[in-house]
Amino acid sequence: MAPLRAITPGVSMWTILAINSVTFGGLLFLLSAGFSLIFGLMRVPNLTHGSMFMLGGYIGSTAIVTWHLPFWLAAALAAAAVAVFGGVVERLLLRRLAGSVLAQVLVTLGIAFMVSDFCLMVWGGDPISIDTPSALSGGTRTLGVYFPTYRIAIILIAVVIAALLWALLERTRLGAMIRAGVDDPEMARVVGIRVSRLFTVVFCLGAALAGFGGIMGAPILSVYPGLDFAMLPLALVVVILGGTGSLIGSLVGSIVIGFIYNFGLVLLPQLAYFILFLPMVVVLVLRPQGLFGRAAP
Amino acid sequence: MTALAVRDLQKSFGGLRVTQQIHLEIAPGERRLIIGPNGAGKTTLFNLIAGDLRPDGGSIALFGQPITRLPARARAHLGLARTYQIITLFPKDTLLRNVTLSLLGLSRLRWNPLARLDRQAHLIAQAESALARVGLGAMAHRSLAETSYGERRRVEIAMALAQNPRVLLLDEPFAGLSIDERGEVKALLAAIPRDITIVMIEHDMDVALDFADRISVMHFGAIAVEGTRAEVVADPRTKEIYLGE
Amino acid sequence: MNARQGAFQGAFRGTFAVALLLVASVPLWVPGSYYISVASEVLIYAIFTLSVDLLIGYAGLVSLGHGGLFSLAAYTVAVCLGAGFGHFSAILLAIAITLAGTAVFAALSLRTTGVGFIMITLALGQIMWGLAYRWVGLTGGDNGISVASRPAPFGVTLATPAHFYDATLIVFALCLFAYWMFVNSAFGASLKGTRDQPRRMSALGYDVWLIRFCAFMFSGFLAAVAGILFAYRAEFISPPTAALTASAEPVLMAISGGSGTILGPVVGALLVEIVKNVASAYISRWNMMLGAIFVLIVMFMPEGLVPGTARLVRRLRARRSKAPAT
Repeated sequence: MAPLRAITPGVSMWTILAINSVTFGGLLFLLSAGFSLIFGLMRVPNLTHGSMFMLGGYIGSTAIVTWHLPFWLAAALAAAAVAVFGGVVERLLLRRLAGSVLAQVLVTLGIAFMVSDFCLMVWGGDPISIDTPSALSGGTRTLGVYFPTYRIAIILIAVVIAALLWALLERTRLGAMIRAGVDDPEMARVVGIRVSRLFTVVFCLGAALAGFGGIMGAPILSVYPGLDFAMLPLALVVVILGGTGSLIGSLVGSIVIGFIYNFGLVLLPQLAYFILFLPMVVVLVLRPQGLFGRAAP
Repeated sequence: MTALAVRDLQKSFGGLRVTQQIHLEIAPGERRLIIGPNGAGKTTLFNLIAGDLRPDGGSIALFGQPITRLPARARAHLGLARTYQIITLFPKDTLLRNVTLSLLGLSRLRWNPLARLDRQAHLIAQAESALARVGLGAMAHRSLAETSYGERRRVEIAMALAQNPRVLLLDEPFAGLSIDERGEVKALLAAIPRDITIVMIEHDMDVALDFADRISVMHFGAIAVEGTRAEVVADPRTKEIYLGE
Repeated sequence: MNARQGAFQGAFRGTFAVALLLVASVPLWVPGSYYISVASEVLIYAIFTLSVDLLIGYAGLVSLGHGGLFSLAAYTVAVCLGAGFGHFSAILLAIAITLAGTAVFAALSLRTTGVGFIMITLALGQIMWGLAYRWVGLTGGDNGISVASRPAPFGVTLATPAHFYDATLIVFALCLFAYWMFVNSAFGASLKGTRDQPRRMSALGYDVWLIRFCAFMFSGFLAAVAGILFAYRAEFISPPTAALTASAEPVLMAISGGSGTILGPVVGALLVEIVKNVASAYISRWNMMLGAIFVLIVMFMPEGLVPGTARLVRRLRARRSKAPAT
């Protein structure tokens, strides 16, 4: 086993960077899968999606730090609270603007500004960091490389959620209705699917995923003012890259962006945000509908 | 020389063949009528000829010049004009403005950010005469929203004629018109000089029959019958297509 | 022209002349240099809003990334001045670089229209923000960059708020005139056609993509002018200038004043700036207000405050005049 023991610290750094990239990709998937589903079904780019991620982080952190709830209960609470928030936004505001996509986009933008200020008011300007859940703290050293348990857990959770979402879309009646709605909203309405209820369900689901992503990311990214508008463009770039309404597109896009962003942070820290632009340029030029999106007829 | 030559034209939407191997040869100055039941692929054929859709295979030539790969705007500059079945005019503008926009499309002036459009006396005079040609001269300054359906059909035709096309595609110019309005549009079309070749889709055979030199009957995305009026009417397949269902 | 129309035009011209006089004499009647400086800011935002509304109102394209172009110009001026360039070359470079950036923005975002356009411009704008924030070596990161001095065209120093206001007003007037020419021109007609019926326009012989691209370039030019003036007015530039808020504000100004008109964006810029300044005197929650105004306007007055208020007044009057009858 001599060659393995000879692994240099440099190699180990690359491995860690790769793990971090996949972890970040997992968080991006939690964020962008919902964004992509909502966009695919309702044609509305939900600009509150970054705010939902941040809200999930703040609510979950408060539940842990102030109310001393166990991590997973706090995470469930955060996801549920953000889902309710999403449902309220969809029912009270977006529903009334049905048919005017531009108005819906601008309303989600307005709400995003309000949430950002609201969080600043409630939680202040300092970043909030929380500990990783104790069961998942530390790491394991395998083959000379240190694997932080919590990051591996995020990857696994993202994979499980991707599988669950896939099963939901492909194997259940609700999923069949969502797919029908994404393919052809008019037709779905004609065959008697209650599209309006579907909108609420999908909006809540997307919000819950974003909120859950926010609390899962909190031990790594911490929660701070501006997290919302730092995450939103990442979700946009993932969806532009992967194609809207495509689960596999979100997954692949998230991992690609996770890698580019994390390697960029280390290799070109000053331009880390800027180089996200490159895959987007390539995709827009060669395949404007995204890697896994379908061309508009 | 044919005015419009269509060869082997094919188009599918997601596996569904909408047109298959369409052949058309239309002589200069000819009046060609394309008829067929709903869903036969007539409007798709027009969209392919005008460049709104890209064909999967086959070729299109305008006066011998291949135009298959040209975008719609380039085909307009080569003398191809069309009207739409569903009226897609600019409803907030006046009739005059609608026709002026049509003229501007072929003028270099359309790129000019300094010349005021309402000062282009030459263009406006041309637009006025195009409107007068379809009998709407007196209504030039009325907003399109205040006109009747029949009047809009005539504005459509004025916009196409204003471009002084070599080949004019008319997509159901009689659809939705009253009997009086049909008479007006019919007279209008009859007055178009023979240096303009006309291809017309019409669902209703009776209205347009005496207008056509030759008739093509489309069915299931292909030309099923073609010939002079008498030939097509006499052909048993025509009856089958129209009455057989 | 009949007598009534003439009288109406006369009244309009009179009002316009009074407004012009008021705007031109701001340094004479506005109390204190702070408010004169705010007046300059209103004019700068009016230019910026014209830039954004050229796309919203005349091309039907909503950009949420114009803050990126605006700040590109502002940063370029500040960086060039810091590197020892003269004012003239710094301004020229800022315009050239912003136009190059605009071309990239346009080439990418015009791959789509509608919602796709919004998403791509937003992402591009945020990438510019990331650059301003992270490229510390060039932009100073969070600390921003100071602009050492203002130019002195024809030997007139612009150091005082009053002189700076006059210079801004002249630039604003030139921009407004160019804008008016542009939207009433033959090209403006082509542009409006692509907004209403893109497919029809291409069947009529118009190159829809290129028309939109050219309009985007003019919009980028106006954003550059506004950004340069902004850098000189504040004598400072930092990442918030490139943030999403900075892109959203002119959109709000355009739709609140009345999109697709020439004076609407100007009125919108004035209204939003007044609200912003009054609000910031009492509460520190501008973002909350910005968001709330956004939601309220979109929900209740989607056509803009000026036409929207007129509509509400009409409706109230109609109800009042109907009330006795029923």
